[in-house]
Amino acid sequence: MPPFVEVNNLTKHFPVQKGFLEAMFSGKRDFVRAVDGISFSIKKGETFGLVGESGSGKTTTGRILVRLIEPTSGEIEFDGQPVTRMNAEEAQTFRRRAQIVFQDPAAALNPRMTVGNAIKHALDIHGIGSDIERREEVLRMLKRVGLTPPDNFHNKYPHQLSGGQRQRVVIGRAMILKPQFVVADEPVAMVDVSIRAQILDLMVSLKQEFGLTYVFITHDLATANYFCDRIAIMYLGKIAEIGLRGEVFKSPKHPYTVALMSAIPVPDPKHKPERLIPRGAIPSPITPPSGCRFHPRCPKAFNRCPNEDPGMTRITSTHEVACHLFDETKAGQ
Amino acid sequence: MPLLEINSLTVDYPTRVGTVRAVDRVSISVEKGQTLGIVGESGCGKSTLGLAVIRLVPSPGIMTEGSIMIDGTDIMRLSNNEVRELRGKVGFIFQDPMTSLNPVKRIGDHFVEFIRTHEKEVSRQEALEKTGKILESLGILRERTTDYPHQFSGGMRQRVMIGLGLALNPKLLIADEPTTSLDVIVEAQILELMNKLKKDYDLTLILITHNIGIVAEMSDLIAVMYAGRVVEFGPTEQIFENPLHPYTKGLLESAPNILHPERSMHPIPGSPPDLISPPPGCKFHPRCPHAFEPCPLREPFLVMKERRFVACHLYD
Amino acid sequence: MQTERGRIIVQLIPQFVRLSKRGMAGWTVLIGSVIVVAVVGMTLLAPWIAPHNPIAINVGPIMAAPSSEFPLGTNHLGQDMLSRVIWGGSMVLQVALISVAMCVAVGVPIGLLASYAGGNTDKGTSLVMDSIYAFPGLVLAIAIAAMLGRGVLNMSLAIAVVYVPSYYRIVRSQVLTIKELSYVEAARALGAKSRSIILRYVMPNVVPSVVSVATINFADAILTAAGLTFVGLGLSVAVPDWGWDLTYGRQLLPAGAWWVIAFPGLMIVLLALGFTLIGEGLSELWSPRLEQ
Repeated sequence: MPPFVEVNNLTKHFPVQKGFLEAMFSGKRDFVRAVDGISFSIKKGETFGLVGESGSGKTTTGRILVRLIEPTSGEIEFDGQPVTRMNAEEAQTFRRRAQIVFQDPAAALNPRMTVGNAIKHALDIHGIGSDIERREEVLRMLKRVGLTPPDNFHNKYPHQLSGGQRQRVVIGRAMILKPQFVVADEPVAMVDVSIRAQILDLMVSLKQEFGLTYVFITHDLATANYFCDRIAIMYLGKIAEIGLRGEVFKSPKHPYTVALMSAIPVPDPKHKPERLIPRGAIPSPITPPSGCRFHPRCPKAFNRCPNEDPGMTRITSTHEVACHLFDETKAGQ
Repeated sequence: MPLLEINSLTVDYPTRVGTVRAVDRVSISVEKGQTLGIVGESGCGKSTLGLAVIRLVPSPGIMTEGSIMIDGTDIMRLSNNEVRELRGKVGFIFQDPMTSLNPVKRIGDHFVEFIRTHEKEVSRQEALEKTGKILESLGILRERTTDYPHQFSGGMRQRVMIGLGLALNPKLLIADEPTTSLDVIVEAQILELMNKLKKDYDLTLILITHNIGIVAEMSDLIAVMYAGRVVEFGPTEQIFENPLHPYTKGLLESAPNILHPERSMHPIPGSPPDLISPPPGCKFHPRCPHAFEPCPLREPFLVMKERRFVACHLYD
Repeated sequence: MQTERGRIIVQLIPQFVRLSKRGMAGWTVLIGSVIVVAVVGMTLLAPWIAPHNPIAINVGPIMAAPSSEFPLGTNHLGQDMLSRVIWGGSMVLQVALISVAMCVAVGVPIGLLASYAGGNTDKGTSLVMDSIYAFPGLVLAIAIAAMLGRGVLNMSLAIAVVYVPSYYRIVRSQVLTIKELSYVEAARALGAKSRSIILRYVMPNVVPSVVSVATINFADAILTAAGLTFVGLGLSVAVPDWGWDLTYGRQLLPAGAWWVIAFPGLMIVLLALGFTLIGEGLSELWSPRLEQ
């Protein structure tokens, strides 16, 4: 079966805004290399995790996947169709098939639009159903995302809801067009701890009902481990490691993945973690390190690392890593 | 004698639509050298409780009842001048290191000014010398005292904030979500640093967080707060091994656990209560799987049970 | 018609009662509204409540001090100052209303479109607006009014040009913030067209700040209109106007006739104060603030 979403050598470089004088006297433009040549594919019905720290490029990748940002270069195919070269009509159809859920439910809802209208607007845009049918549809969706009784919520404004309820509205709005593909950008990061699992459970049940394919963007490996089938670890605009959940979590290969995993606090006081914390902070994405981007912080870096960009090395048919350590073992075989 | 003893502390916020009881008859004591983790969801009163200890409850909040003793002094009776002295003795680290530093002031000047407002006899030179020492113990080069905040990364700024918290050799350090705005790896660095500093400076630490993993790792004692009340308070290992209060249990099971994904992410039904009109009786009863007749009727007292305190009718 | 108006007024009363329950800001709006309604009402009812014809000369003695017959005194032409004060707001109010309407009609759409479009459109528009903004307001208004000639419309236009940049700036700063919020992104992801995003997502969130700027702007426009009249660019002397009274009153002041200048001046200040109070209060009421 061909992949549902295929991303090939995707890059996004944002020009750095400069001051007036600076722009006048220096001809050179700087770029933030937010996404710098990544490739992956997603199967239909899969939950694919994009995991990384701030500045890893995970959010930019998600925005590109649903066409909110134009990539600088690279190809995306969605169900066999090139996403970056669509005419207006194809783009409008694409909107119905691919949706996004945002991190901050307070910012993701127009404060001056009722919950019902926020969801209904999607149907208005695409001219789905009559006005009465739209209202019915919205009420059904409110009920579906757990905002019951729906009549109570229909005319409420976002500020009258709790954080968890707002996120349910955001999910409902994304689902009203019955999409097949949903990018969820840290959907529980700003929701109360006790509510997070509720929201994730809702997303799981929606996935089953609508046969969704998810891209789940998160900085939290533990949540990714709970939610995703396959995971890509990103660092400074590149994929460091990609594999099935079990592979990445049980036998992490990239020193960055190992570090990231060891850094997570475990809710068990008897667990004494062995920390392998890399030195220093994430370098600037404007001038990323040469070769392997992790090398200045990597405990296992050697002479090849600053000089050569490691390509993806296959560990198993599903598990790949971008690290010279594994490159060599393969070369030695 | 405990270093910090809070007795029946109540903090109210009068608002136009009614009074919000942010902290409701909280009693906690912490011995010298211990780390207390205060956990709970947003709005449970944990931050207000932390701020009350340095008498910094934001207006219009008022402490309506109870006492806070630090090292034998009742801080509720202090004069304004004495409160300022207190804020030197108790270090406080805020959540957001980005907005807590003045962008047009050098890092060193933050320290010098802070030290010299509290210890007037200290010269600028002495204060800078001390700043250098503190920064070095935090893993920041001494030369960087002349840098401005924007030249530091988020993690480094939080180190600076911790440094400021330590500048006056406090006995007690309160950290309110010190790592929430930081990335996982930086978070681990900061937590490691805090553990080291705790030993080096002989500190008592109060760690306010919503992250169960962090308290499991860092604290000796845990106070679980819900809707302004402490619902369970006791030694960390016991609480994790056998949580008594249904909310504690729910909180532990709802947390993600990377080692045991099957044991994690079990949701607590419902949502946190509206503090303006909280439910009657036990405030957790609408969400509680074990609720029975007395729960909506009267509020449970905090009672001693198996060497810890719990406020639940199941243990009356 | 009469009952309709009555019903609207009856419906407005509870709104004002509610205002008084919203703290200082509510009271500020309430007091401002009372002042404005009183002054506007007085001007509207002028034909019925003014004791004398405001432009008739020698109604009383020349430059008489306030007395029971002429409570606010008379001027050097023997005109009744009370009647002139009651009548004198009409031009100022008309000019203020028209100029504010012009400002809103021009500044808000330009602000919305240019800053939503961003890039060079935004840069170019901002440059023009900032250039206008850099001029001292009254001087610019005088120059334009002198060029255009007399008349309510011309005067309004002169004032509008001066204040359009204020609207542009407030709208622009808001749009730049709103544009980055995820609800705008969400609308784009749903497939909404730019027009619908601007109308349904951006504009409703800009309106409150525009309204509060507009009310404060009313105050500015009133002062500028009075200023224009004061420097001789107002309407004909035959129209009673606070600004004219100030011009002539100034010459009478050395003779000790303070009442000729004091009462019209007071009215201008009062009206401007009323609008300012409403504007300040509204912007406070509408500004998001932490509930806890």
